[in-house]
Formats: sequence, structure tokens, C-alpha cells
Amino acid sequence: MSPAVNPHPLPGRPSSRMAEIRNYTLNFGPQHPAAHGVLRLVLEMDGEVIERADPHVGLLHRGTEKLAESKPYNQSIGYMDRLDYVSMMCSEHGYVRAIEKLLGIEAPERAQYIRTMFDEITRILNHLMWLGTHALDVGAMTMFLYCFREREDLMDCYEAVSGARMHATYYRPGGVYRDLPEQMPRYEESQFGSSAEAKRRNATREGSLLDFIEDFVDRFPGLVDEYETLLTDNRIWKQRTVGIGVVTPERAMQLGFTGPMLRGSGIAWDLRKKQPYAAYDQVDFDIPIGTNGDCYDRYLVRVEEFRQSARIIKQCVQWLRANPGPVMIGDHKIAPPKRADMKDDMEALIHHFKLFTEGYCPPAGEVYAAVEAPKGEFGCYIVSDGANKPYRLKIRAPGFPHLAAMDEMARGHMLADVVAIIGTMDIVFGEIDR
Amino acid sequence: MDAVIELWTALPVVIQIMIKIVTIMLPLMILVAYYTYAERKIIGYMQVRMGPNRVGFFGMRLWGLGQPIADAVKLMFKEIVVPNGANKLLFLIAPMLSIGPALAAWAVFPFNAGLVLADVNAGLLYILAMTSLGVYGVIIAGWASNSKYAFLGAMRSAAQIVSYEIAMGFALVGVLVAAGSLNLGDIVAAQQGSVFHWFWLPLMPLFLIYFISGVAETNRAPFDVAEGESEIVAGFHVEYSGMTFAVFFLAEYANMILISALSALMFLGGWLSPLPEAWVDGVFLLDHGFHWLLIKTFFFMFLFLWFRATFPRYRYDQIMRLGWKVFIPITIVWIVVVAVMKVTAMPWWFS
Repeated sequence: MSPAVNPHPLPGRPSSRMAEIRNYTLNFGPQHPAAHGVLRLVLEMDGEVIERADPHVGLLHRGTEKLAESKPYNQSIGYMDRLDYVSMMCSEHGYVRAIEKLLGIEAPERAQYIRTMFDEITRILNHLMWLGTHALDVGAMTMFLYCFREREDLMDCYEAVSGARMHATYYRPGGVYRDLPEQMPRYEESQFGSSAEAKRRNATREGSLLDFIEDFVDRFPGLVDEYETLLTDNRIWKQRTVGIGVVTPERAMQLGFTGPMLRGSGIAWDLRKKQPYAAYDQVDFDIPIGTNGDCYDRYLVRVEEFRQSARIIKQCVQWLRANPGPVMIGDHKIAPPKRADMKDDMEALIHHFKLFTEGYCPPAGEVYAAVEAPKGEFGCYIVSDGANKPYRLKIRAPGFPHLAAMDEMARGHMLADVVAIIGTMDIVFGEIDR
Repeated sequence: MDAVIELWTALPVVIQIMIKIVTIMLPLMILVAYYTYAERKIIGYMQVRMGPNRVGFFGMRLWGLGQPIADAVKLMFKEIVVPNGANKLLFLIAPMLSIGPALAAWAVFPFNAGLVLADVNAGLLYILAMTSLGVYGVIIAGWASNSKYAFLGAMRSAAQIVSYEIAMGFALVGVLVAAGSLNLGDIVAAQQGSVFHWFWLPLMPLFLIYFISGVAETNRAPFDVAEGESEIVAGFHVEYSGMTFAVFFLAEYANMILISALSALMFLGGWLSPLPEAWVDGVFLLDHGFHWLLIKTFFFMFLFLWFRATFPRYRYDQIMRLGWKVFIPITIVWIVVVAVMKVTAMPWWFS
């Protein structure tokens, strides 16, 4: 080709060396403050307008699915926390439910309520993180810190039941690791806080965990109102989100959207209602849906989910107060025996040893179990060949199809909208890259 | 006392001017340093956190008052990295182009009746020129960095500042029509009376537009698209480090203080006391004086911080729409209104 001839002439113009206008490529991430971790977007841009957005994934790939093939079922629960590291217990729930389905067991009712309650706590945790970072991306910095203030309390709930603030490994096949504690850990006077400060912080921690959670859900709707005064009717916030990243209901289904991304487009699909699990058929709650399928509707949907989650938690707290009982099945082939029993019962000791070395061998077969995680449908597909380890574990992460729609949602918008769209997708790379 | 005055007049004029410049610049630079500290503290408390509280002096924490000094020292000792393929000369000139006008504008700024470095009759015009020049620093920085992010930031900032310059200019036209002078001292003198004689009332739309344009002009939230933390990382100064970055930083804050001080001067009566003349004459602290100007300036400086903690960021094209389709038409209409008020010698303000 002669260098004097423009290989890509503009339509309707004579080709010349001068008139060549090219789009330029912008590498957005992986080290970018709005990339939510390790997203790498290759943007083809015409000035400020996005012509093509090409997401590159895999920078946080840890081989979770492969790792699970090499260890007994129970030992992979911890990996599930680390998939979507802002909605830890919901991922655990999906995996644990798949194992339970495979083994043909059912957790006791109290455990189901505890799981329901902690799933909703997790939903609030996740949506708080989402709201904070989304608002931060759009420029409203203060929201981020407000949201983290509330996250702190919920993390304390995690800590109270499991000892860990994030990666809890609290759900186990057959129930939950242990019953809810009767006491909340308290602050003490230290060089960072006076005794008056410690006393103020301890005001809600005098009772049991359930008292603490109830106090939180009573307080929380007021705090959501506070967030909404900053954003919902804010003209700038609306200008930045209304009509941005519109997905029609048909396209949302075709693209495999789930969770608030699907509900924002107006489709009332929620596994908690459509395929109830745990205690969701026992509690009363509504599913908010949007109408326009833009970032603003998805924002409204998630904000309403805050309120609905608080409502579910409140009902669970009341039920759990009234109904003590076991939180784990009694079958010691699957659930470990009590530590006290192991001291003087040979059989318990053997069970314990077998469970923590070999684990259990579910029957051969395949199962799929899914839960409504905060981001959408989180599912685990397990193929068992009858061994103590899964033959294959496939994880259906809700974020992956959402991210795959990036090009479609961002095309024709401006650079600043890409940031809003990344925010509205609620992307966490732990689950997308697995 | 006489001896001091004698010594002063004996000094060459150049030295006299130098000393005057230093007496303006030194407090200004300290104010800039502590403005960054105030920003972090105030936004911190708005965001239920503490802000810097570790660095103090002489082993005492003093609520973190040493932080700006520590930051400055840190930046001074950092390496200035010039990126590959950057135009070195332009890259290093850009920060100076940015801070030069920001400081030069203070030359015509009256701090009290008659207390001004250069009593120029076209003072307002000079200030308008100086604040417009600042954009060259930004554009050149973005261009010379040889980075796409910086380039995007420079383009945004060029378009934004040029369009807001117009709205700002028109707002100032309203002020000079009302005051009948381009001299900043005379503009304040024209507002004599009480808080209701100041120009903020008759020129209310222009006052709001001037301050909002000022926020846009200094690239502050919610108009900080040229820096766009979460979009183009740091925009035009993404490649700058060490002192070159610090100079951009100083320029930005010096400009914020300048805009605040000018708003106080032109719309809130500068050093004039808000109480009626007859009540305050000769009364300590209530009388006209520099402290009133300072209080009014601090109020506007606080607004800058408050905005930053409250608002999400505008998108680039929305900013342009606001500037061209809202602000400029309003200012043009209000200039006519002011002119009519002036011609008909409307009582209270223009009689």
C-alpha cells in the first residue's frame, strides 16, 4: 500500500494524508481509582465519547474452582468468602446449599433463620459498599465514609458469630458453625478512646448479638434516609445517572443479568421469592423493581433493598428470640461432634478425626444450587464422583455477565459515564476472575 | 517612629516594592498551607472522621497543626520525574505559568481603604486577565506530559475555563456598571452603607454566578472534571511529582483564596462593616477594617470545602451546558437590568 493513500478514508471524503482522523485507545486500569480492583478496560474513544469498551479480566484469577477439586468439601467454604469479598456469607450459602443438596440433608430451622438473617446482613454490607464506591466514583466523596460507618457495625456482627470480620466461614453443610452469642464484644478504654468514648460505643453492646442487630435495623432506615437526602433528589446525581447505561428488559434477560441489574430493568426476578430457600418463604418482604433500566433506577432498587433487608432481619430477630434450638444437624458423619464429647467418647473422637481428615463422601451425581446474592444469582454446580472431593465445581458468579455487557452499556456514552456504569454494575473482581 | 519612616523612604523604590510583595506573599503562602489543613480537617469532620492529628511541633501533637509543613517538606525532597517523551521545557514551565498569575493578581488587591500594592484604575481588568492566564499552565501541563489522561484533562480544562471566563466576565461587567469604576477600592467604596447596601442584593444572580464560575474556574468540586479523580485519575497533573506538583497545588489554593477574596470585595463590601455607618464609627472591631474582609473571605473559602464534601461531580458536557445555556444568558439579562437600575438611579443602591 502506498503511504500516500489513506487506508481508512472517512466516508464521503477524498482520501488524503491530512484528513485522517483516528479514534484513540485509552487504557483504563488495572491501576485506576475507579477500576474497582483490577478491571482493565481498553476504551476506543472519539474525543470523550466511547466507541468501544473492551473489558479484560483475569488479573485476580486464583483458580478457586480448580483448588476445590483437590480438597475435601468442607475445606473449600473459606474460598467462597474470598470470591465476592464484600458479600461473603451469601457465597458461602450458595456453596453450602449445593453440598446439602448433594448429601440430601436439610439444616435445622433455627440455622435456616440464622442464614436468612446473615444473608440480609450481607446484602446490606454489600449494598453499603456499592453505594459508597458508586457515589465516590461519581464524585460524592462523603457517602463513602457514611457507608463505611454502618459497615463497621455489621462487620462486628460477623465477628461476633465467627471471630472474623470478613472471611467468616460461618455456614457449614448441615447448619451454621455455632449458635448466636449471648454477649457482644465490648470496647475498652485505651489510648485511642477515653472511658466515656468506650461507654458511648458500648451503649448498644450491652445485650446479646440479637439485641445489637435489632438496634441496628431500627436505626438503619433513618440512616438510609440520610443517604437519600444527599443523593436521591440531588440534581447533579440525577444528571449523572438518569438515562445512563440503559438496558431494556429483553436485553437484560438475554445478557443473563440477575439481581438488582435485572430488577432495575423492570423484571421482578428474585430467587428469594421465585425459588425460596432458607427461611425466605416464612418472612414478609417486597421486591423493588425499576422502570427505565438506567443507573438511577438501579440505585433506587438497591436503596429500597436496604429497607427490605432491614425488614427481613427484624422478623428473623424476633423468630430467633422466640425459638431456641439446634443450629447444626446431629449426624456426626457430616457435622463435627461437640468438643466436650470428644474428651470421653471414643466414637466422637473417631468422627472428629475422620471428618477433619477425610471429610465425607457424597453420592455420585451432579447438583446445582443457587442463592440470591446481593449482586444477583450466585450458583454452585458440583459434579461428584463419589469421592470426598468434588470432581468439578463450577461457580456461577453474577458479576461476570454484568461485566460482559460493559460494551453495550457504555457505547456512545462519555468517559465519565463509564465510571458511573462500572459503579452501577457493582463489580467485584474476586468473583468475576475467581 | 520617624526614624523608621525615614529609613523606609531612603530605600530604593525597587526594594520598597520587594518588601511589600514579601509582606503580601508570605502570609498568603502560610494561608494556603493552612487552607489545605483546614480543608482536611473540615471535610474530615463532615465525614465523621478526624482529619490529620498526628504531626505537631516540638513533640506536641497540637491537633496536627504541623501537617502542612510536613507535607511541604516531603514534597520538596521528592524527585521530580519527567516522563519519557515529555517536552521537558514546557513540562517544567507549566507549573510556573500556573502559579505566576495566581500570585500576580494580588498586586491590585486592596486589603483596606488605600492599602494596596498597585492602585491601578483598571484593576478589575487586570485581575480578569491574570485569572485567565492561569489556564495556560494547565493546558501546557497536559500537553507536555505526553499522557492521554493528562491530555484529556487539559482539553476539558481548556474548554471549561474558557466558557466560564465569559460568564465570570459578564458578572464583573455588572459589578462595574453598578460601581461605575474598574478600580477595586472604588468598587468597595460604592457599597458604603450597611449590609443591605452591598452589591449582593441588587446583583444577586451575578453574585451567585460569579462565585459558581469561580469554583469552576479553580477546577474545584463539583466542577473538578479537569482533575476528575475517579475518571482521569488526576487529569493534567497526573505525571507531576515533588515540587512541580506542589506548585500546581499551591496555585489551585491561591486561586481559591483569590476568588473568595474577590467575591467578598465585589459583592459583600470588602472591609466594610455590615452595620450602619453611624453605629460603628470608631467602635473597636465593629468599625470598617481588614478583619471584616478576612471574615468574609473565610466564609467563601469555607463554601469551597463544603461544596467538595457535598456534591457529586458534573460530567464534562453538563458543565458546558450549565455555563453556556444557563449562566451566560442570565448574566446578559441581568446586566441590562443593572443598567436600567443605574440609569433610573434606583433608590437605596444607585441614588
